Amino acid sequence: MSQLPPITLHISEDTGSDNQELSPDNEGAMHTSFRELIQEQSILAEASTELELQERGRGHPAHLAPPDTSAFAWLEPGQGEQHPGDSTTLRILASMPSRTIGRSRGAIISQYYNRTARLRRRRSRPSLQQLSRTARPSLRQYDLESDPARATLQDKRSLLAKELLSLSPSQRSHMLLSLPLCLAEKRALWRELDEQRSPLGLRPHPTAAPSPCGWCKDYITLGCRHLWYRLLALLPAAQPWHYALKQISGRFGSSVLSYFLFLKTLLMFNVFSLLILLVFVVALQAAYPPAKANQQPFAGFELLTGAGYFTHSLLYYGYYSNITLNDPSASSLSGSVAHSAPPRLPYNMPLAYLFTVGVSFFATCILLVYSMYRSFGESYRVGSSAGDLAIKVFCAWDFKVVQRRSVKLQCENICTQLKELLAERRSRSCPLSLCQRLGRVAVLLLAWVLSLGTVLGCVVAVHYLLEHMHVVQQEHRALAGSTWQREGILLVLPLTVSLLNTLMSHLYNLLAICERQDSPAVEVYVAICRNLLLKMLVLGLLCYHWLSRRVVCSDEECWETCVGQDLYRFMVMDFVFTLLDTIFGELVFRLISEKRLKRKQRPEFDIARNVLELIYGQTLTWLGVLFAPLLPAVQVLKLLLLFYIKKTSLMQNCQAPSKPWQASRMSTVFITLLCFPSFLGAAVFISYIIWSVKPSETCGPFQGLETIYKSVNVWAKLMEKSSPNITWLTWIQQYLVENTFFLFFVSGVLLAMTYCHIQVVKGQRRIICLLKEQIANEGEDKIFLIEKLHCIYQQKEERA
Amino acid sequence: LRGLNDLLFYRYRDLAPQLVPLDYTDKPDVTLPYELIGSMPELKDNPFRQRIAEVFSEDGDGNMTLDDFLDMFSVLSEMAPRDLKAYYAFKIYDFNNDDYICKSDLEKTVNKLTRNELTPEEVRLVCEKVIYEADLDNDGKLSLEDFQHMIIRAPDFLSTFHIRI
Repeated sequence: MSQLPPITLHISEDTGSDNQELSPDNEGAMHTSFRELIQEQSILAEASTELELQERGRGHPAHLAPPDTSAFAWLEPGQGEQHPGDSTTLRILASMPSRTIGRSRGAIISQYYNRTARLRRRRSRPSLQQLSRTARPSLRQYDLESDPARATLQDKRSLLAKELLSLSPSQRSHMLLSLPLCLAEKRALWRELDEQRSPLGLRPHPTAAPSPCGWCKDYITLGCRHLWYRLLALLPAAQPWHYALKQISGRFGSSVLSYFLFLKTLLMFNVFSLLILLVFVVALQAAYPPAKANQQPFAGFELLTGAGYFTHSLLYYGYYSNITLNDPSASSLSGSVAHSAPPRLPYNMPLAYLFTVGVSFFATCILLVYSMYRSFGESYRVGSSAGDLAIKVFCAWDFKVVQRRSVKLQCENICTQLKELLAERRSRSCPLSLCQRLGRVAVLLLAWVLSLGTVLGCVVAVHYLLEHMHVVQQEHRALAGSTWQREGILLVLPLTVSLLNTLMSHLYNLLAICERQDSPAVEVYVAICRNLLLKMLVLGLLCYHWLSRRVVCSDEECWETCVGQDLYRFMVMDFVFTLLDTIFGELVFRLISEKRLKRKQRPEFDIARNVLELIYGQTLTWLGVLFAPLLPAVQVLKLLLLFYIKKTSLMQNCQAPSKPWQASRMSTVFITLLCFPSFLGAAVFISYIIWSVKPSETCGPFQGLETIYKSVNVWAKLMEKSSPNITWLTWIQQYLVENTFFLFFVSGVLLAMTYCHIQVVKGQRRIICLLKEQIANEGEDKIFLIEKLHCIYQQKEERA
Repeated sequence: LRGLNDLLFYRYRDLAPQLVPLDYTDKPDVTLPYELIGSMPELKDNPFRQRIAEVFSEDGDGNMTLDDFLDMFSVLSEMAPRDLKAYYAFKIYDFNNDDYICKSDLEKTVNKLTRNELTPEEVRLVCEKVIYEADLDNDGKLSLEDFQHMIIRAPDFLSTFHIRI
């Protein structure tokens, strides 16, 4: 974006008709005539133009120096006047490669031929040192020896097919996919490829990887991709929500759709962990129930509190046995082995429980990191600077929106955004006075102090409530009151926490309105930050209390079941409050605004707040998986119900969002938030419990052990005793898992990799700067050459 | 991609069942007029529907054969690569088909986006700023390379330039 004035060229009528004949396949002819012309004229006019060149060279910097000036008259040749020499120049210029590339099929095929030829020739990435500022290599590296521009369309096609065959299959399919030709042309190309491939057979290519591994890898990649496409074809039929998502995106656009897609992602995660837990833990324990029978009958209240009938059921940790299920050595006392009976496979329940929870966490971690990586790849751009207006004009129109009213709304939104951007540009040039700036800083400071104060206040309130509830519970137990009261007391804490979360998020929304930030993106980030801080601090406090068990679950025998029940109650209350929030925040708001206030304004769907609620619910699930293996099932049910409730409420009560929302960047932010505070926190909590907390003595799969992890040691010792050959297992355990040096080493390697990536990104930024300079230089070159051409023609005319 | 192709074929046929035969093995030469294409629910209210139909039709006037129809929805689907989408988006916004998005093209685009709600002065300002931001080789118009370079910096492009069928 240098400050050169633009050059306008007027293509006259007669040259227009000439272009129609000359351009489609005759770019080669234009190239050669251009070269010939320059050669001929340069010999003739060398002496006389040298002086002129020096003059212009001196003149150039003088004209370049003043920035932001309007178009220069001397660089606009032929405005109003029609020099006869101009027509040839203009005809030549109009058939330059940069202007014909998009127009004809021949040009597209030639361009892709060059691209594939370049791909084939390039062995490795060019080194950074070669990119110096003085050298100006041309960006259009056309291969002039085997110039495809001279050939006919059929020849070009066969040339391209030959080049494509020399690429690896994955590169070939990628290139074919990105070819901007119509289907008929692509089919012709495929036919050409098949014809060329069949006589050759499966000959190994000289330029492909010499090892068989690379060859196999390419075919495996292609095979996987074909499988994936076939699966994708089945997916619309198998997807139950395809039409619902289409409806939502049609009316509300990509921003609200991103919430529902996030919900779907969470559902997939939970279904996956649920399946693992069901197969390896729950189903087997259900097949071999423990000796203790269930004492309490089923009353409806269990669904809310998770206590009562559910206490001694598959839902909680306490139900699971610590023995080896189906153990053949424990069955027959007589000592004779019954050959006719089917072989019995022993199943070590504690080990299965620990490993299943570990594997589900590990798999979730990998899936999360992978989605984060993909999301970052799509939304993070190196060297992206200002350019919002251009991006807004070309990328803001959401083609998914199809309903008439929503289209109208979108037009209005874009109009407002453009006006705001223009106003912002104007205001940037006249900054605020000192008084105004101080006022803004004071308002911001006040808002932050208020929000941090409320966060601390809520945390302290929850802390005191915990202690108070503990006292009340003990009194109640002493007095032996009714069941209803007891259950009610259990519900007070989750109710209060959910109420605080809801109220505080509305308060933060109000604060955001009062603050009036400059950019709506910053507003959203600030709101997310505050909400997240509150939720994480409250959860942190609760985790501390669950671990220390001074006031919570202090007099229970089976504290894990107690913690599991607490988490179940929190999840159910969270769902109830989301429901109430939807009803009051959206339905009642709309009814009041329509019936009473007679306004057409409907509430907007608050995406950030809803996504944070989803993240909070998911954190609760992850925290509770160890204590209640069926908690993912509860979460799956909750998410399914939430989808339909939110969709119905959205359709009936809400309007499309009026603020600009960068859907892909926000999706990346959400998945990062899911990974970092949420999943990491849960993983740290679970790891701490597995490694350092003493499980209860009388219930659960880890009864009597020192820590949950000791069960692995016990098993390892057992394996050593039974088969002394497997020493590598104990070796792995001793030197890799329990040795701190190995963990430090792994962290060091990860840090080194991160540092390398950061340096690569820095290097890419530098390359982008250098390339931008090159492009600007090429533009200068072009203007200079055009000027020279005009001078040459003028002189030719004068001489003639 | 068989499933998607079948779905698209049935949608194409639904537009004019009497014109489009069920059997395409002998490659019948059937072209549906622009009015039918423009009446599809996915395109009916899109301000750029005429340009979309023109860009993907063979003769450039909006009448589409089945191949053109398949082409259009495959480029506008989720799976099309970014460069391909950028190429066709460039052609859509290039109203006068001169392979450059000049100022008049930009003005038409902005007016279609905002339904003529902006004042001419504001439209002029917007167009100037867009060209200033995106034009790299300083010829006063946006070429395909300028457009593609700008699209690379816009991560939302893939999700907005997408029609669900």
